[in-house]
Amino acid sequence: MHKYANPARFGALADRILPWARWVMILALIPGLWLALVASPPDYQQGESVRIMYLHVPAAWMSMFTYMVMAGAAFTALVWRHPLAQLAGRAAAPIGATFTALALVTGSLWGKPMWGTFWVWDGRLTSVLVLFFLYLGYMALDRAIEDEEKAGRAASILALVGVVNIPIIKFSVDWWNTLHQPASVMRMGGSTIDGSMLTPLFIMALAFQAYFVWIFLIRMKLEIDRRKAAVMRQSLRGI
Amino acid sequence: MADFLDMGGYAVFVWASYAIVALALVGLWLRTRGAARQAAADVVRLRERIMAEGEGN
Repeated sequence: MHKYANPARFGALADRILPWARWVMILALIPGLWLALVASPPDYQQGESVRIMYLHVPAAWMSMFTYMVMAGAAFTALVWRHPLAQLAGRAAAPIGATFTALALVTGSLWGKPMWGTFWVWDGRLTSVLVLFFLYLGYMALDRAIEDEEKAGRAASILALVGVVNIPIIKFSVDWWNTLHQPASVMRMGGSTIDGSMLTPLFIMALAFQAYFVWIFLIRMKLEIDRRKAAVMRQSLRGI
Repeated sequence: MADFLDMGGYAVFVWASYAIVALALVGLWLRTRGAARQAAADVVRLRERIMAEGEGN
């Protein structure tokens, strides 16, 4: 694993994975959208609005997954000072913020016809909003301090502190009396959702996962190039 | 077709969700791609400058 700490080796590995990630995303997105919008049945209670769930649920999963990637990178950067770890956190943050914003927006668009309101301050919605602010805080902190090392360290500490919010999001529907429905896919005792709805959900989740890998690797290469350019600018000042 | 577009009366919410997700994901990809190209071009330009200035010294 440590041999990929070398940016050149990592770049070569990323170049090999990038086309695969793109194709997995495209190949999952086509049947995923077909099943989500056309082939899957309407829900007996939610009607056709259930089709929003095929975006909302994968976006919500990705918002938490991306945060764990960012926190893992933060831990690695702080403990082992892995040269690419800080860049990985920086590369993941905007993707995570986007998925979190999408989970919030699509949830609101589903909530209006189903609950009669776009927003309610319940445990699940509020903790996901906190997750969104954690992403924004991470990105702001990372850019606020001129010294990149110090900025990365401060942002990494924030990312690690924010990990406490992930189990809060997951168990908020069990701990508090919320309007948001309890877990129905990833729960003890198996899913309560019919296979005709689980299939598009998992295929769309695969498409979102492949999108994450694709954009994350492009962003990693971008951050490596930015770091290289910064070093070159410093050396030019020294010439 | 009209039934499909109507989404059982939830058209505004369903299509708005799909449009917003598409715009956000395509937008993030375009922004990332633009920034990556810019950063790669910067590296090439700076490398050439360093080599030129190195030869000048």
